[in-house]
Amino acid sequence: MKTHRERAGLALVALALIALPFVLAMAGTAWVRITNFAVLFALLSLGLNIVVGFAGLLDLGYVAFYAVGAYVYALLASPHFGLHLPFWVILPIGATVACVAGVILGAPTLRLRGDYLAIVTLGFGEIVRIFMNNLSSPVNLTNGPKGINRIDPFQIGPLNFSASDTFGALVFSGPIKYYYFLLLVLLAVIVINRRLQDSRIGRAWVAIREDEIAAKASGINTRNIKLLAFAMGASFGGIAGGMFAAIQGFVSPESFILNESIMVLAMVVLGGMGNIWGVIAGAVLLSFVPELLRYTVEPAQMALFGKLLIDPEVLRMLVFGLALVLTMRFRPAGLWPETRHRREMSEGRT
Amino acid sequence: MNDILLEARNIGKRFGGVQALKDVSLTIRSGEIYGLIGPNGAGKTTLFNVFTGLYARDSGEVQFAGKALDLGSPHAVAAAGIARTFQNIRLFANMTALENVMVGRHVRTRAGVFSAILRTRAERAEEAGIRHRAEELLHYVGIADHANDLARQLSYGDQRRLEIARALATEPRLLALDEPVAGMNATETTALRSLIEGLRRDGLTVLLIEHDVKLVMGLCDRVAVLDYGEKIAEDVPEAVRANPIVIEAYLGASTA
Ligand SMILES: Nc1ncnc2c1ncn2[C@@H]1O[C@H](COP(=O)(O)OP(=O)(O)OP(=O)(O)O)[C@@H](O)[C@H]1O
Ligand SMILES: [Mg+2]
Repeated sequence: MKTHRERAGLALVALALIALPFVLAMAGTAWVRITNFAVLFALLSLGLNIVVGFAGLLDLGYVAFYAVGAYVYALLASPHFGLHLPFWVILPIGATVACVAGVILGAPTLRLRGDYLAIVTLGFGEIVRIFMNNLSSPVNLTNGPKGINRIDPFQIGPLNFSASDTFGALVFSGPIKYYYFLLLVLLAVIVINRRLQDSRIGRAWVAIREDEIAAKASGINTRNIKLLAFAMGASFGGIAGGMFAAIQGFVSPESFILNESIMVLAMVVLGGMGNIWGVIAGAVLLSFVPELLRYTVEPAQMALFGKLLIDPEVLRMLVFGLALVLTMRFRPAGLWPETRHRREMSEGRT
Repeated sequence: MNDILLEARNIGKRFGGVQALKDVSLTIRSGEIYGLIGPNGAGKTTLFNVFTGLYARDSGEVQFAGKALDLGSPHAVAAAGIARTFQNIRLFANMTALENVMVGRHVRTRAGVFSAILRTRAERAEEAGIRHRAEELLHYVGIADHANDLARQLSYGDQRRLEIARALATEPRLLALDEPVAGMNATETTALRSLIEGLRRDGLTVLLIEHDVKLVMGLCDRVAVLDYGEKIAEDVPEAVRANPIVIEAYLGASTA
C-alpha cells in the first residue's frame, strides 16, 4: 500500500541506521556507546509516553521500573548470587517484575490525578531507590550503595557482546552488537506502541485523558484501563533496565535518581507528548546535545581565548537548560507534537 | 409497551446542607419517552448522576430490566444498558467525531492489549466492526459529513448529536438525555425532536430532562415533576400541565 518513494525512503533510512555504528566507530567507540544510550532512552521515553502521553497520567517515578529491570538482570546474571541465566530468559522476567511493580504503584494511586499523582509517583521512585540502597542486610540482596559488579554481557551462541568479532573487513565491537540489538528492540516497541495507539485500548486511554467522567459514562472501566497503562509503561521500563545492566556491566542505586525520571519526562515533553516519532526525537536530542557540548565547549574556548574560562560541565548544563526553556516558551506542545495536543495547547494560549 | 424497564425506589442524595433528592421513586416503562421537568436546581441532573453511577447515593435502589443496578460503578451501568448525554456537553474534545463514537463501542467489544499488539484476525474484524457501526451512527444522527473533524470543531448542535451517537454506540436500552435542545435555535430543536421520535420508533426507551415545555408536552408519554428534590407529580402531559401543585412550583420558582 506504500508508494515507491516511501519504500525507497524507508530503505534508505534502514541502510543509514545499519551503517551508522561503523561511521560512528571511526570517531571513537565512545560515540557508539552514546548512541546506545540514546536508543535506551528512546525506549524509556516510549514507555513513559504510554502513561503520560496517551493516558494523561503524570508519572515522576518512572525510573523505578528501569531500576527494577536493571536489578533483576544484575541479580540473575552476576557472581552476586552466582546465577548466570541467559539474557532472553531474564529480560521477560524483568519486564514482568516491573509490570507487577507498576500495578502495585498504580492500584492505590489511580484515584489521584495531576499534581497529586505526580507527587505519589515521585515518592515511589525514591522508595525503590532507597530500598536498593538498604537491602544489603540482614540478607544481602542488592549489595547496598556499592552496587552489583561484573554483570554478564549478552551472549547469543558464540557471540559475546563484550568482545569484538571480525567478519572480513568489519570489526563488530561489543557496543556495535548492542546497538543492533537495541535497534531491533526499539523497532518492536515502536510497532507495539503504534498498534496500541490505534486499538480499542489506545482509544480508551485517550478518552480518559480527554474527559474521565465521560469515559466512565461511556462504559470504560477507567480504573483497569489506567492500570493497564501503568503496567505497559512499567514493562518497557523493565526491559530497558535489563539492557542497561548488561551494557554497563554494573548497577548501583545512584543510576536511578529522581533526575533520571525528570530527564525521561523532559524527552517526552520536549519531543511532543503522545507522538511516537516526536518522543523518539526528543530522546535522541536530549541524549546527544549534552555530549556534543561536552566535546565542543572545551576546544572552542581554547581556540577563542587560549585558555579555559568556564568549566565545560557548567556551561553544558547552562546551555542545556536554556534550550529547554526556549523550546517550552516557543513550542509549548513540544517540537513534534501530536496533532491533538498541539490544538489543545494553542487553544489555551489564545 | 407496558413492562417496566427501570424502577427507582426512595432515592436520596444530599450535598452538605442541600437535600438534592428526597425519597424519589419512579418507574419508566419499556418503549416510552419519560419526561423529567422541574425548576432550576430541582435535582434533575443529580438524579441522572445517581442513575448512571457518577454520584454515590445516600439511599435507595434501582431495578433495571428486572435486575438490581450496580450504582457503584458507572461502567457497569453502561454495560447494563443505560447511556446518557450531559447537560454541559462532555465530548472527547480532541478526538475526531468518529473516534468519539468508536469509544462508545468499548463496552460492547473485548479486544485487549495482546490481541491489539498481535493484530489478530479477531481483533482486526472487531475493529472493522467498531468503525462500521460508528459510521452508521454518525449517519443516523445526521453528522456523517463531520466524521473526521475534531469534536471541538463541531457546531453546538452537532456536538449534541455527536453525544447522542456516542451514547447509542453503547447499545443502551434506556437513553437518558439531559437538556438535549438547550441553546439550540428553533430549526435545530425541530430536527432534534424528530431524531428523538425516531429513537422511540426504533424501540428505545428515553428519559428526557428538558426545560422546553412545548417539546416535553409534545414528545413525552409521561412526565414527572421534581421540585426541591421531591417528586411532586407524575402523569400524562396534559394532566401534569393542569396540576395546580405543578403550576404553583413553577410560578413560585419564577417569582422568587
Ligand atoms: N456536585 C455538587 N456539589 C454540591 N451541590 C450540588 C452538586 N450537584 C448539584 N448540587 C446541588 O444540588 C441541587 C440540584 O442540582 P441539579 O443540578 O440536580 O439541578 P437541576 O434540576 O439539574 O437544575 P438545572 O435545571 O439548573 O440543570 C442544586 O441545589 C445544586 O446546587
Ligand atoms: Mg441540570
